[in-house]
Amino acid sequence: MADKAQYKVHQEPYYQPQGNEVALYQAAYRNRLPVMVKGPTGCGKSRFIEYMAWKLDRPLITVACNEDMTASDLVGRYLLDANGTRWLDGPLTTAARIGAICYLDEIVEARQDTTVVIHPLTDHRRTLPLDKKGELLQAHPDFQLVISYNPGYQSLMKDLKQSTKQRFTGFDFDYPAPELETAILAQETGLAEGTAAKLVKIGQTARNLKGHGLDEGISTRLLVYAAMLIKDGVDPLDACRMALVRPITDDADIRATLDHAIDAVFSQ
Amino acid sequence: MTDTAYQHPLMQAYWAQLDTRFVEVEAVFEDVMAEALAILSHEDIYHYLDAARLIGKLGRGVEPMLAFMEEWPSVVRTLAEEAALPEVMALVMKMQKSPNSRAITPFLQTLAAVARTLQSREQLGHYLDIALDFMVRTTGSIHGHHTTFPSPGLPDFFAQAPFLLTQLSLAGLKNWVDYGIRNYGNHPERQKDYFNVQSADSRAVLQRERHGTLLADVERKLDIYLRALWRDSDHLVPYSTAFDAIRKPVPYYDQLGIRLPDVYDDAGDISGLDRYRAALAHMVGHRRWSSVQIADNWSPFQRMAVEFFEDCRVETLLIREYPGLRHIFLALHPKPVEGACDPETTSCLRHRLAMLSRALLDPGYGYGNSDLNDFVTRFRAVMDAGESSTAEIAALALAYVAKTRRQSDQFAKIYFDDTVVDYRDDNRQLWRFIEAGDEEDAVDEERKIEPGEEVHGLPPRHYPEWDYASQTYRPDWVSLYEHLHPSGNAADIDLLLEKHGALAKRLKKMLDLLKPQDKVRIRYQEEGSELDLDVAIRSLIDFKGGATPDPRINMSHRTDGRDIAVMLLLDLSESLNEKAAGSDQTILELSQEAVTLLAWAVEQLGDAFAIAGFHSNTRHDVRYLHIKGYGEHWNADVKARLAAMQAGWSTRMGAAMRNAGHYLEARQADKRLLLILTDGQPSDVDVQDERLLIEDARQAVKELDRDGIFSYCISLDPKADDYVSTIFGRQYTVIDNIERLPEKLPELFMALTK
Repeated sequence: MADKAQYKVHQEPYYQPQGNEVALYQAAYRNRLPVMVKGPTGCGKSRFIEYMAWKLDRPLITVACNEDMTASDLVGRYLLDANGTRWLDGPLTTAARIGAICYLDEIVEARQDTTVVIHPLTDHRRTLPLDKKGELLQAHPDFQLVISYNPGYQSLMKDLKQSTKQRFTGFDFDYPAPELETAILAQETGLAEGTAAKLVKIGQTARNLKGHGLDEGISTRLLVYAAMLIKDGVDPLDACRMALVRPITDDADIRATLDHAIDAVFSQ
Repeated sequence: MTDTAYQHPLMQAYWAQLDTRFVEVEAVFEDVMAEALAILSHEDIYHYLDAARLIGKLGRGVEPMLAFMEEWPSVVRTLAEEAALPEVMALVMKMQKSPNSRAITPFLQTLAAVARTLQSREQLGHYLDIALDFMVRTTGSIHGHHTTFPSPGLPDFFAQAPFLLTQLSLAGLKNWVDYGIRNYGNHPERQKDYFNVQSADSRAVLQRERHGTLLADVERKLDIYLRALWRDSDHLVPYSTAFDAIRKPVPYYDQLGIRLPDVYDDAGDISGLDRYRAALAHMVGHRRWSSVQIADNWSPFQRMAVEFFEDCRVETLLIREYPGLRHIFLALHPKPVEGACDPETTSCLRHRLAMLSRALLDPGYGYGNSDLNDFVTRFRAVMDAGESSTAEIAALALAYVAKTRRQSDQFAKIYFDDTVVDYRDDNRQLWRFIEAGDEEDAVDEERKIEPGEEVHGLPPRHYPEWDYASQTYRPDWVSLYEHLHPSGNAADIDLLLEKHGALAKRLKKMLDLLKPQDKVRIRYQEEGSELDLDVAIRSLIDFKGGATPDPRINMSHRTDGRDIAVMLLLDLSESLNEKAAGSDQTILELSQEAVTLLAWAVEQLGDAFAIAGFHSNTRHDVRYLHIKGYGEHWNADVKARLAAMQAGWSTRMGAAMRNAGHYLEARQADKRLLLILTDGQPSDVDVQDERLLIEDARQAVKELDRDGIFSYCISLDPKADDYVSTIFGRQYTVIDNIERLPEKLPELFMALTK
């Protein structure tokens, strides 16, 4: 049995609820319903799951999905060693055994045939067949599956199958309202509220351009980065260019406009 | 020698030195000399009179002499140093010796105005160089030795020079002149139009060469600006500021879009782009916060005051949103000097309002007027309470007008200095008139389209053409008309296919090899359809050796799709009607057969495929004929069009390629291929310079390449190697034996797309 403690979230992560999502999640967990969180990048999806794991006092196993991931990367595989072969549980199997919350981040990045292995875990059966090992694993009563995905930027090819989608309850996340986002920045980095509000204003500016040259607006995460830089003594104009503008676009016109917005917000 | 007796002996001496009999000069001599004496030193006077005497003796009448005597002192005054008299006289003498002496008068007449815009002797020198170069290049000669015809455009050029220099830098002027000489050098009437700034072309080039930030260049930035900072968007429509010298248009917006000047110069340290942004921000402010007011009950003065107050209100709100705007607004807002306007003689209302407007925006305005300060305080109090409203601010404005009213406000003489805030719009959206004005024009509102004005075909598309000599595009130079190719008898094409039955069979075999069936192997898979032996053995060796083996020993397959969009562009110029060397068929017939086979082959492959032909009759009439569209299959309609293929006119390739590229660009495909089948070099009847259209075609290839379109030329001209490599680089094939074209073309296509 894997060491449960290492998956525990020991310190309370800072999370500012945007609505009643905490209560809803608790209800979903009480009934062990699988959960899907959607939303643009950097809006706090992963932070929310981390916070809920802490609040429910459950271990959390996170898997970042990618295109090369195969079913055995999730379920487990036989490894060769000097004495022959040895079975090693994958993260999904481990979570099902120890009763953890298994969080598959950016699930659509994984190939569709891979995602099918989660199906038996997500309905009434709550089992995971390990066909190579010849074992049918009954999931621990505390086990819960959570997936996240960002419906915005992926191509048409990378959508979830209906059969996968319809196994989950969903949470829609978006960037927080300006006042809330200001509070988050201030709390997360200790930056003064006034400056934080200005950063949020710039973030709003870029989010207006989503679909008009930008795939995604400036995320809360990037705003936090900018706030950290400013807190560290970097000039706000430089910090914003470095953390907010340069990462998100190479389009010269958009850069010029965002740079202008930074000047317009920060200068007097 | 005249017998006029001057009282002052010095004056008499000057008159003697001038040595002239013109009575017109005599009439103004004393006044002119009075001005000259005030400006010129003693020695300069001597040179001045000497030059005037010389000009008087040129035999061009009194006008040049008068112009010189009147203008020169002010030239010296603006240049404020030893003026460039020798250079100017040298140019005058050169004009006198050439047939261009008629241009001397306009040259001298506008010299002072030119000097005023140029401001330095060095700059004036450049101007003279440009003029001299112009003269030399446009003065015509018959047998190449003696110049005999005067330059047609030179007098007009001199007449326009002051205007041109307010719009263009000297470098811009030089480009504009160069363009005119190159394109209209051999066409006296058109040359005159060009240098008179009458022709559309002239204005277009002038526009291009203007200094400042062009709206066209920053339009996208401004779109993004509107969207990102203000969540607004609208059409940005430019209006020209170059040709309305007296009444400058002002930005405004209506249902059709936001109107902005086509160009903004930098104003101090505020860039042209920021001026656009300021104008846009101001209009956004009105769109957001202003409400329409009924204008009927207010006098024009009251309306003006309301506009000033409302402008300040929206700007205060804008600054509240983005504090950095204050810096831009204040830098662009004039700063009227308190007391600059005398209320006894002049209407000062504008001045008072501009001062107030400055004070409302600028925390450190520093005016002493107590009424003004009172209203600034009241305005601030209103704004501190929230957003306020147009109605509330209008009440404040009316109170201000009532409080500060003066009798002199009615005077006709209005003080205008420093009162125009040029980034603000004309506020036409602020007002609604309930009663229509007197100027009722409801009578001719219903206008019917005159019969006989039906439009035939599509309107032309305009494409630029590359001018290699100046390395610039000629704006909207070529008009291209699109038509559907007329139809003929489709059965003819089927006959052609039958004729080449054997060839078709051979092609079919090749096609089968090309069809999308090729499997691509994906190696290093942990799970796959087959064991990858190489990797498996390597892993086993690792395992036996005690190292960690790589478990990714399988491989799988994936079918590779074919995603190509092809456009075949046929040159349908007159030369196609010639018989091919060593054959009794014309090149046109052979091309027809080849295209038939190719179209059939591509249909088998299932690639997206379109066919179009082109020919041209001068730049005003390039015809682009659609034969097969992407949406059409290889059916009777297409065959009928192909059967009716005819040749005529010339080959203006660049425009046709740009148009083909326009269609190809819209295709969603991995690879986009433009095939051009031609039998000669690009040429047209209105182009003398052989290289011009070749360079233009080369530029078109570069543009296509930039847009991700691969262009490939199939030339039937055995002597094509000279120019075709210039245009297409290495992307071409020359087919010497034209008879073999029908089999070569499909083969070539397959080789290209394998």
